[in-house]
Amino acid sequence: MALVGGYTEKMWESIRKVEETRKDRCEKQYPAISLEKGEELLNKYHPDYKEGNTREIHVGPSKGSKVVQELADLLEAYPRINPDLIDLSKVDMETDVLIIGGGGAGASAALLASMNGAHVTLVTKLRIGDANTIMAQGGIQAADKDNDNPAIHYLDIIGGGHFDNNPELVKALVMDAPGIIAWLEELGVMFDKEEDGTMITIHGGGTSRKRMHSARDYTGGEIMKTLRDEVKNNSESIEIVEFSPAVELMLDEEGRAAGAILFNLETEEYLVMRSKAVIIATGGFGRLHIQNFPTTNHYGATADGLVMGYRAGLKLLFMDTVQYHPTGAAYPEQIIGQLVTEKVRGTGAEPVNAHGEQFVYPLEPRDIEAAALIREVESGNGIETPTGMKGVWLDTPIVELKHGKGFLEKNFPAMYRQNMRFDINMAETPILVYPTLHYQNGGLEIASDCRTAIPGLFIAGEVSGGVHGRNRLMGNSLLDVLVFGRRAGTTATEYIQGVSLGKPTLNHVKSYIKELEKLNIPRDRVAPMILPDYTRKETKEKQLTTNYLGTLW
Amino acid sequence: MDDAMVRIYIMGKEYKVPGNLTILTAMEYAGYKIKRGAGCREGFCGACATVYRFKDDYKLKADLACQTKVEDGMFLAQLPFVPAQMAIYDINKLKPVVGVFQELYPENFKCVSCNACTKACPQDIKVMDYIQAIVREDLARAADLSFDCIMCGLCAMRCPAEIAQYNVAILARRLYGKYLVPRAEHTKKRIEELDKGMWENEVRELMSISKEELKEKYTSRDREED
Ligand SMILES: Cc1cc2nc3c(=O)[nH]c(=O)nc-3n(C[C@H](O)[C@H](O)[C@H](O)COP(=O)(O)OP(=O)(O)OC[C@H]3O[C@@H](n4cnc5c(N)ncnc54)[C@H](O)[C@@H]3O)c2cc1C
Ligand code: SF4
Ligand code: SF4
Repeated sequence: MALVGGYTEKMWESIRKVEETRKDRCEKQYPAISLEKGEELLNKYHPDYKEGNTREIHVGPSKGSKVVQELADLLEAYPRINPDLIDLSKVDMETDVLIIGGGGAGASAALLASMNGAHVTLVTKLRIGDANTIMAQGGIQAADKDNDNPAIHYLDIIGGGHFDNNPELVKALVMDAPGIIAWLEELGVMFDKEEDGTMITIHGGGTSRKRMHSARDYTGGEIMKTLRDEVKNNSESIEIVEFSPAVELMLDEEGRAAGAILFNLETEEYLVMRSKAVIIATGGFGRLHIQNFPTTNHYGATADGLVMGYRAGLKLLFMDTVQYHPTGAAYPEQIIGQLVTEKVRGTGAEPVNAHGEQFVYPLEPRDIEAAALIREVESGNGIETPTGMKGVWLDTPIVELKHGKGFLEKNFPAMYRQNMRFDINMAETPILVYPTLHYQNGGLEIASDCRTAIPGLFIAGEVSGGVHGRNRLMGNSLLDVLVFGRRAGTTATEYIQGVSLGKPTLNHVKSYIKELEKLNIPRDRVAPMILPDYTRKETKEKQLTTNYLGTLW
Repeated sequence: MDDAMVRIYIMGKEYKVPGNLTILTAMEYAGYKIKRGAGCREGFCGACATVYRFKDDYKLKADLACQTKVEDGMFLAQLPFVPAQMAIYDINKLKPVVGVFQELYPENFKCVSCNACTKACPQDIKVMDYIQAIVREDLARAADLSFDCIMCGLCAMRCPAEIAQYNVAILARRLYGKYLVPRAEHTKKRIEELDKGMWENEVRELMSISKEELKEKYTSRDREED
């Protein structure tokens, strides 16, 4: 099929309509939706409200509550290990503070624990930094300008979260925020600034002040690379163990956290890792492909921390809501689901339908914006790609009409480059978008110092729930993982003072298995998932192996 | 689009895969379960560095498996790890001067200007230019040029002077960001206010009012102009 500038002739017919209305749209502002109309839109079109999206779970501490189907399958599943076959008296590794997860939350927890004098071991599934944090493009919020303050930030967050957020967590988030920005500056993070050091800040969906700080469109990358460098420079107190995901927590006889069982992905050995405290910082669940959505998340975002923490006895919050990012790439085929950062809309890009019409205010909170895009496509106003995927246009050239030529290439180097690889010049033609699975709004319950119901077990980052209520706003998650990562590192170090290594057990896993047996859960349902399964059915049928489950059953 | 099957050679072994896949998804299509060699799958983490060559072409190319479409006749191998030297330092004790690099990365000054690094970079970064900028103590330029580096290691694998460019670059960026860019005064000011206990009452007030009152405040809040 002949492509011009990356698009088919049929798509060009629609692009021309977008071009015709551009000037007009540039001069007008599309109004924001009212709270009631927004609710209506969500009810009708947001995937969270779809019949059969969730189910009640019958096992564990949140028994009786509703969670999304794909997660329920992992919670109502057998462990990878048979606890009776693991010899816990043979300890392979020992440390003060065990951190599970090498993203932003894990790295900042490691730095603070090390700074406070603990010996830290950070274990991670892939390499340190292979995480959602490194992919964050748009920015990080903090109320640090004169026309802004933590109370306004608080109100934006709680409204965005539909007033269901845990107030103590929100307070911690907004009050720590300016300090986080200064800490990052101190570490050498290159924020976008004016000559005199003033931060260049813009709006994000649902913000009432321009408080989105960024580092071009590599904000999370810049932060993660810097944190990783700092962690590696503290190699005397922080040990890094890569390609060794945790598959189960261990508790001692008094029910305190006592370490974890690790799985060496390469040698396929299970290892016993003893510690005085454990911090779970395993991130989110995007790779569960809820309702078959494509995802923006990294390869290892498979809810492992939720499964381990839940089996150990922690409650889950808001696991019936999922964040779909309004603008995932819908074309070309090779990048479907990958993120088109909200920052593009923050600087003026507009969603437009097949007829060149605007249909939504570009910076609604994410759930509403996503629902509006879905409505447009379901009402037949979408654009179809040659592979049958449907989406709407994100008018990007309008950004250059507002800010001048060359603005996109300079400010969005990552996205500009990604599209150019497929001959699409986003400064000249719009790009096609559709909602994509992006963020786990809820998670394991924590207190504002990251303590949990289990002594010695601390939680930080996307794996936790409560701070964002039912819907997170852009830029508050990078903030969340740094605020609570640091807090977890500090609290864990305080906790281990005077604590000695306990005798590890897997009793909680054994009783969980009993519950599963009573429910007749099929034996081949195994969790944590560790890595999503992208092997084709045809291949699998010939492999004749259960190897990928890696169980000892 | 182009969904005809193409022939690719994964580490020399032939597989037929649909032509609209990326190298990464093509390997999965062929039956590989990837453990190393995939991270973010979106071009940001540098885990999927891959080298390839076409039949009858002597040129060795390099790119990211997750961002590159397969093409007929591709011979490829992933490069999931690059053994490279990384200096250990305390950033607080360094100065933003060329002497730091002479001490920590002396090989940086042996660059022979062959440009092999730049040609290998999947991010189209002018790698040689940032290495040269460091030699000239122009950290601002080195930081700017290397900003999009995802630390995939492909440049280092091609360098005859055995420089680990990306490790040198992150040091340059951190020194620049920390010492040469002015700090944000408004951030400092807000932190001083918070240290004095300011805004505590305003936030506590919001925490104490009813959901209805919060909703009212939320819907009536004013928004800073674009
Ligand atoms: C494409 C994208 C763009 C985003 N943009 C923004 C933005 O602009 N602003 C913003 O605020 N937020 C943004 N977010 C959200 C934000 O980046 C994440 O929510 C946040 O970085 C999560 O940090 P984390 O440390 O909790 O988890 P992650 O960074 O995902 O780290 C989790 C780590 O734990 C590891 N792990 C998982 N399971 C195990 C296990 N069993 N054992 C050991 N290790 C394990 C993972 O491999 C990973 O290294 C974005 C997210 C994505 C995906
Ligand atoms: S500069 Fe080197 S390490 Fe960085 S992206 Fe380019 S090739 Fe990869
Ligand atoms: S490959 Fe090495 S020697 Fe050649 S230009 Fe790059 S840094 Fe210099």
